Amino acid sequence: MAHAQSQEHYYIPHGSHWPIIGSIGVATMMVGGATWLNGAEQGRIVLMIGAIITLSMVFGWFGTVIRESESGIYNDQVDRSFRWGMVWFIFSEVMFFGAFFGALYYARIWSMPWLGGEGAGVATQFFLWPGFEAMWPQTANGPAQIGGEFKVMEAWGIPAINTLILLSSGATVTWAHWGLKANKRAQLILGLILTIALGVLFISLQATEYVHAYHELNLTLESGIYGSTFFMLTGFHGLHVTLGAIMLTVILLRSILGHFTPEHHFGFEAVAWYWHFVDVVWLGLFIFVYWL
Amino acid sequence: MSAVAHDDAHHEQHPYWIKRWLFTTNHKDIGTLYLWLSLLMFFIGGIMALIVRTELFQPGLQFVDPQFFLSMTTMHALVMIFGVIMPGFVGLANWLIPMMIGAPDMALPRMNNWSFWILPFAFAMLLSTLFMDGGAPAAGWTMYAPLVLQTGAAFPFLVFSIHFMGLSSILGAINIIATILNMRAPGMTLMKMPLFVWTWLITAYLLIAVMPVLAGAVTMLLTDKYFGTSFFNAAGGGDPVLFQHVFWFFGHPEVYILILPSFGVISSIVPTFARKPLFGYASMVYATASIAFLSFIVWSHHMFTVGMPLAGLLFFMFATMLIAVPTGVKVFNWVATMWRGSLTFETPMLFAIAFIVLFTIGGFSGLMLAIVPADFQYQDTYFVVAHFHYVLVPGSIFALMAAVYYWLPKWTGHMYNERLGKWHFWLTTIFVNLTFFPMHFVGLAGMPRRIPDYALQFTEYNMIETIGAFGFGLSQLLFVYIVVQTIRGGEKATAQVWDGARGLEWTLPSPPPYHSFTTAPEVK
Ligand SMILES: [Cu+2]
Repeated sequence: MAHAQSQEHYYIPHGSHWPIIGSIGVATMMVGGATWLNGAEQGRIVLMIGAIITLSMVFGWFGTVIRESESGIYNDQVDRSFRWGMVWFIFSEVMFFGAFFGALYYARIWSMPWLGGEGAGVATQFFLWPGFEAMWPQTANGPAQIGGEFKVMEAWGIPAINTLILLSSGATVTWAHWGLKANKRAQLILGLILTIALGVLFISLQATEYVHAYHELNLTLESGIYGSTFFMLTGFHGLHVTLGAIMLTVILLRSILGHFTPEHHFGFEAVAWYWHFVDVVWLGLFIFVYWL
Repeated sequence: MSAVAHDDAHHEQHPYWIKRWLFTTNHKDIGTLYLWLSLLMFFIGGIMALIVRTELFQPGLQFVDPQFFLSMTTMHALVMIFGVIMPGFVGLANWLIPMMIGAPDMALPRMNNWSFWILPFAFAMLLSTLFMDGGAPAAGWTMYAPLVLQTGAAFPFLVFSIHFMGLSSILGAINIIATILNMRAPGMTLMKMPLFVWTWLITAYLLIAVMPVLAGAVTMLLTDKYFGTSFFNAAGGGDPVLFQHVFWFFGHPEVYILILPSFGVISSIVPTFARKPLFGYASMVYATASIAFLSFIVWSHHMFTVGMPLAGLLFFMFATMLIAVPTGVKVFNWVATMWRGSLTFETPMLFAIAFIVLFTIGGFSGLMLAIVPADFQYQDTYFVVAHFHYVLVPGSIFALMAAVYYWLPKWTGHMYNERLGKWHFWLTTIFVNLTFFPMHFVGLAGMPRRIPDYALQFTEYNMIETIGAFGFGLSQLLFVYIVVQTIRGGEKATAQVWDGARGLEWTLPSPPPYHSFTTAPEVK
């Protein structure tokens, strides 16, 4: 079967025990998390066990695929399947963020003005929240002032710096890609290291910002719809940056080990796409959450 | 010699037991698993429906307490939607798409395995809520805030099981799209693909677009309940209606996820038994695509009575009515395909014809519900229940059954018992109408849904409905018997099975080899 590289031949991977281990791991995590939320402390232990199983699945499954890929048994068709898979996965992520951006949009354009008595909200305001003035973001913790008085996060401090950082990291990862395609391995590795460093810098600044919000601005997850949308959007984004940085680290280690060729490097490209996606989501956040 | 590259050398023989079913990367095995899961959940969800119908046999409260009654309506819907119809059609997609496009298997076989093996865990989690403090979720499958936030210990399990099912659907849909876009045999251009493949391509797109939105919606519920966010809390500047918008942005495309693959099935069966090619192939493709597009801009027709600006009501009313145009094109094309065909009426064809008639009834009642002033009367009555059961039971479920009868000889290599098949068809069709048709009347007369008691004047119709429901449920045991009998033996099926059948899957022997097309067939 050494001639499996040509287009007329198909490749089908052999069976794998990783999917079922993944199901067991994630289900254990969910059961643990749910019992914990229901107030049983032991749930945390179950959650941890599930996380360990899930992580071992991720390592095992990707390890298998990387080994198979490096041994050269994947043909172009497999490569294209992976590409489609990644493209549509990123699309699903876009839609996930879309739900939260939609919530932000709805709150700002509709629900806040209605609570302030606009349009059909006249009676609601008169009977339920007399005197409430809807102003975004000043009173966006709602008529009951949930979470108490708070100050909003200024766009032109850390967030603006973070925008710069993430945009430059998009450039460095592209520079690394050029290095890979031109077979300049040093440029590839340096580009990746720079990208990861910028990513880590971004995450630490974001953490500083959260500390600042909680301790000095009294801006918390519980600060009404403003706090809800602010922390859920930036939080999920931060999680994705963290994940992307971990993925980039794996790619860096693989590059150091001599993986990838100028022609075949789907793993690198998938992570680069993911990184650009995270970048674009941040631009949306910067404009709609921080700036406007 | 086989041209499928394997790193270990098994070709036509396959591994056994755990290795085969748990670790499988084979599209047929995974399709089989999906179909069996779907059948199992069909009976679980069916028992829940029968509990509901038993309580509604007479007015007054007699068998179950109201909380449990609401748990049953909620769980029945979740099980039937996520556990029966969706896995059923994914099972068909797995079995058929590689054979129809001339591929050896799906594009991402290991991910395919995971998409399936998530589901038993997700449903174990969901069904376990029946035994929890506070009972299973009872706020309706639509999970409207703030009511659903009153769910007891079941709440986080409900949310996580929906996340998990969503993950399964997204992975499955990614795989189906990658397969269709990347694994077609040379010459199989997009506009030569069988309509079943087309409808699944569009369905998979819808799945990837809206399942993450549902995940987002239930995540917001979770943080509202446990982490103090205010998405659906007006006191904090949010809005309970926001949940309905996010949910139905998922929910309306979801109903097309449940019905588009049925259109594909019917478009495969009708030409075979009319012995004519499908009338208006290209218009079918465009109609499917238009339905998918429109499905994103009609969601608020589920919320007309919740309070919305007039412009919103008008927009969503007209956009909804517009869907009748591409759907009408489809029904017209099926009828035109049968026109002057040399028709025969084997069981799959019977189910297909019943689908066309009864689904159209469901479509018309949908059109009635789309009219805002009329909807103000129908909202939350049994008329709505009648409507969506007509599109889902003699719609989606009939299409699944038609598909099983149609392709079972291909899958097993045996013909099913035609006499029993016809018995199953007639019993099912009579009982399904007995169950759901009177719901139109009691609904128009004002009987509300999701209430375990009702006014005396609705008694006779409710009794008829309950009798119909039990008849329908029992008839399905016959279906299981026929399927098992066909798997175990029976008259040998030829490769083509039906003399009017066209398409690549009928060029393979029955049953087909373990890897469908090991070398790409030539498509002219
Ligand atoms: Cu709808």
